[in-house]
Amino acid sequence: MMKRDKKEEEEGGANPFYNLEKSSVLQEARTFNETPINTRKCCHILTKILYLINQGEHIGTMEATETFFAMTKLFQSKDLTLRRMVYLCIKEMAYIAEDVIIVTSCLTKDMTGREDQFRAPAIRALCRITDTTMLQSIERYMKQAIVDKVHSVSSAALTSSLHLAKTSPDVVKRWVNEAQEAVNSDNIMVQHHALGLLYHIRKNDKLAVTKLVNKYTRHSLKSPYAYCLLIRIACKLLEEDNAGPMFEFIESCLRHKSEMVIYEAAHAIVNMKNTTAKELAPAVSVLQLFCSSPKPTLRFAAVRTLNKVAMKHPAAVTACNLDLENLITDVNRSIATLAITTLLKTGSESSVDRLMKQISSFMSEISDEFKIVVVQAIRSLCLKFPRKHSIMMTFLSSMLRDEGGFEYKRAIVDTIIGILEENSEAKEAGLAHLCEFIEDCEHTVLATRILHLLGKEGPRTPQPAKYIRFIYNRVILEDAPVRAAAVSALAKFGAHCDELLPSIMVLLQRVQLDMDDEVRDRATFYLNILAQHQKALNSAFILNSLQVSIVGLERALHHYTMEPTETPFDLKSVPLATQPLQELSKPIMEASSGPKSTEKAAASRQDVYAEQLASVPELANLGPLFKSSSLPVELTESETEYMVRCIKHTFPHHLVFQFDCTNTLNDQVLENVTVQMENTDDFEVIRSVPAASLVYEKPGTTYTLVRLPEDPTQVTTTFTCTLKFIVKDCDPNTGEADEEGYEDEYVLEDLEVTVSDHVQKVVKPNFAASWEEVGASNELEDTYALASMKSIDEAVKSIIQFMGLQACERSDKVPDDKSSHTLYLAGVFRGGHDVLVRAKLAFSEGVTMQITVRSTDAYASEVLASAVG
Amino acid sequence: MDAPMPDPSLYCVKAILILDNDANRLIAKYYDDTYPTAKEQKAFEKNLFSKTHRANAEIIMLEGLTCIYRSNVDLFFYVIGSQSENELILASVLNCLYDAVNTMLRKNVEKRALLDNMDAVFLAVDEICDNGIIMESDASAVVNRVSFRSDDLPLGEQTVASVLQSAKEQIKWSLLK
Repeated sequence: MMKRDKKEEEEGGANPFYNLEKSSVLQEARTFNETPINTRKCCHILTKILYLINQGEHIGTMEATETFFAMTKLFQSKDLTLRRMVYLCIKEMAYIAEDVIIVTSCLTKDMTGREDQFRAPAIRALCRITDTTMLQSIERYMKQAIVDKVHSVSSAALTSSLHLAKTSPDVVKRWVNEAQEAVNSDNIMVQHHALGLLYHIRKNDKLAVTKLVNKYTRHSLKSPYAYCLLIRIACKLLEEDNAGPMFEFIESCLRHKSEMVIYEAAHAIVNMKNTTAKELAPAVSVLQLFCSSPKPTLRFAAVRTLNKVAMKHPAAVTACNLDLENLITDVNRSIATLAITTLLKTGSESSVDRLMKQISSFMSEISDEFKIVVVQAIRSLCLKFPRKHSIMMTFLSSMLRDEGGFEYKRAIVDTIIGILEENSEAKEAGLAHLCEFIEDCEHTVLATRILHLLGKEGPRTPQPAKYIRFIYNRVILEDAPVRAAAVSALAKFGAHCDELLPSIMVLLQRVQLDMDDEVRDRATFYLNILAQHQKALNSAFILNSLQVSIVGLERALHHYTMEPTETPFDLKSVPLATQPLQELSKPIMEASSGPKSTEKAAASRQDVYAEQLASVPELANLGPLFKSSSLPVELTESETEYMVRCIKHTFPHHLVFQFDCTNTLNDQVLENVTVQMENTDDFEVIRSVPAASLVYEKPGTTYTLVRLPEDPTQVTTTFTCTLKFIVKDCDPNTGEADEEGYEDEYVLEDLEVTVSDHVQKVVKPNFAASWEEVGASNELEDTYALASMKSIDEAVKSIIQFMGLQACERSDKVPDDKSSHTLYLAGVFRGGHDVLVRAKLAFSEGVTMQITVRSTDAYASEVLASAVG
Repeated sequence: MDAPMPDPSLYCVKAILILDNDANRLIAKYYDDTYPTAKEQKAFEKNLFSKTHRANAEIIMLEGLTCIYRSNVDLFFYVIGSQSENELILASVLNCLYDAVNTMLRKNVEKRALLDNMDAVFLAVDEICDNGIIMESDASAVVNRVSFRSDDLPLGEQTVASVLQSAKEQIKWSLLK
């Protein structure tokens, strides 16, 4: 007790600002009005006010204004420190108090006065309180101040101009000549500030910026800060277009005498988009030197940049491995972590064990952000050395057990899932670790995700029974969303493994007594389906989930309830979920947050098209949109007069071609634009919807509607297309068009309709079950010799592209050095018929393929089977 | 974890902080709206302090920011910039701040001395950085511009009375401790 009292007393005694009361301090401000001015006392009060503001204390407008006015009295004193404190307070209060412009004349006087000590801070304070209208009146003084021979005055004027440029860009622009003169100053800060201002004024004029850089790269600057800025400007120019001398300049900066400039240049080279290994080499070698610097900041900067290099060019960093090894034991844990992750990226398989041991010794000491860096490094390492998966898995699972935030845990779970999907050997170990993790996992999102994965992968492991306990534990212990996910996972085990079915049924019966509706509903639903003992039902409702787009389903159901009819709702009329491009499985799986946004965009793209098409009256009543082609087809060469791109929309009995046209001539306006297509192969052109007018650089859209042939096996053709329009000349400046126009046409490239336009990709998580579900009734089998293919991999890629189907079970990845492979493809044919393809490929001087097609529709089988031929 | 390169600009310091050894703020200047409210600022300072007060490591990445720091006795100096900022530029700002304070407090860099000269430190921070733009990187120039009061002259030039006064103070403090 005594001790604490003493401590408090000491605290209070040591800190004169301890427990300051805002109101009493502002009361004290009245002292300012006394004459003569007590310099020391006033100075102390100002410090107190500053301290309060600095502590985040809120001062009301009224109080602030009152204090501000009292403060103006202090201009009578000539004391240096006091005056400087007044400037500081003016700046702090500029945005709190009202009518602050009353000090303009005092500040203007100080700014132009004889006392050099006052001038710089006066300029800065003045520019803080001034606005655009007031600025005009001090413009003359500002121009003079920029070129003043006192460095601090010049610097103050330059930086203040930069602040002002945010609110009054036009006025500041007029000071460009003065700024230019100031760049030649021999003071390093003035030079830096002048260059910054000059660039800011000119940054929208690319030519002027290029000139600026060219000028100052030749005439060497004195200030390292200015050099850094110049490097950044040069980099930005390089990013826009490749200009040789800029790169040479940056490279020459690697030999500058200041470390700051050398690092900036190396950093810039590493961050450029398309650097070659040769261009990187000099940058890497200076960074290597920095690695052994006694300054932690320099070592940190160097190893952080090297880590970045290692992501793209691991080979370039191998030269630094020895230096990085020395940094593993650095006292700064951030440096050590970065060094280890860099080494993990560049090192050989033999060094992995040692590095992992090293890093696990201090995992607890580093921040979550760095832990995620480590997790990402491990992930890329697993892809590189699949054989090391067991040590990685053990390491990851021990990280899962440690403390950490959601982001960190998610990164680990993502990595484990990624590894076990890539590497079948790691599957069992990975699943076991994840099972252990959900035993004690506070994040619902992660738990449901893992349960879903267990349901998908678990039944196909050699011992599916051992996962049941983990899953059922969740049903007993967790909250509703997790319980529901666990029930779904259990049902999948029941549907896939006959020997487990009786026990699963017993478990599901127990779940029927659950508190939560959703959980109970799921249990009842699955129980009834499983009781039927039918493979087809199991496959359709348990193992392979709903394949429609959720947004589309919502819209279709809403539409259905709005217009009551006798006919039951048909699920086939709902657009299918478009499969987002499978870029995720590419070797670079760095960011876990990256792909999400694109996925969402891809899923809703078709819904956007459906809405667009529905708004064109001529295209109504075609039925639900089945598919839109993912990438537009270019029908013109790039950089011609007109640009036309086509997107194909498939409907049950029609095709709609959407032509997005752009007019790239600024002296023409096109009107009544259509694309004329000829009837071919029983494809009948019904009508075109013209684009009313096409103005320069404003894209317009025209549609052509085509009826599909009666014969359901007739699906492919080629159309010749011609762009037809009326041209009117116009004034490029005003955009006003002439009255008279003339007809003209422009020949486009041919447009192909292929099998893939009639097929929508669909993922079947359990291909074998679907294969049984569809059955052999419409099975077709054929054998082809694909002589032109040089490898199985190539054949797989072209088959997928040709048929437009989704590869399932990761069968699109062909293991190396295998001479045979089986490809599983799934999709839905126009009209809603499931199509499944099994292609057995064998390689010996060309690829031989035995293809088996199953479908719920005989014609669909026929079309698909003939697609390859 | 890397942001794209920002536009070249003079604005490169996001904040300058001086904290005591209980993570209390002595001086804190934030130059942009990364942490717009006092509450968020204080939370950041607590987090920063907890990560830096034990390890004497000079640099740390925290909440997507590069933080360079230095400590002495019971004071912690921080300069904060964006993570794409040149670490060495930030380090030069920190060195300038530390050296300036060191000179002004006559090599007596500790909390009590700092509080006694709060006004001068405020002015020094203002001279070093203006709204995020580095104004000066040379500590002696900063000290010159802050233009110290007469009683802060070296010991020899102080009056006898003030020497006695400060001696008394010191005795009092040594007894209290």
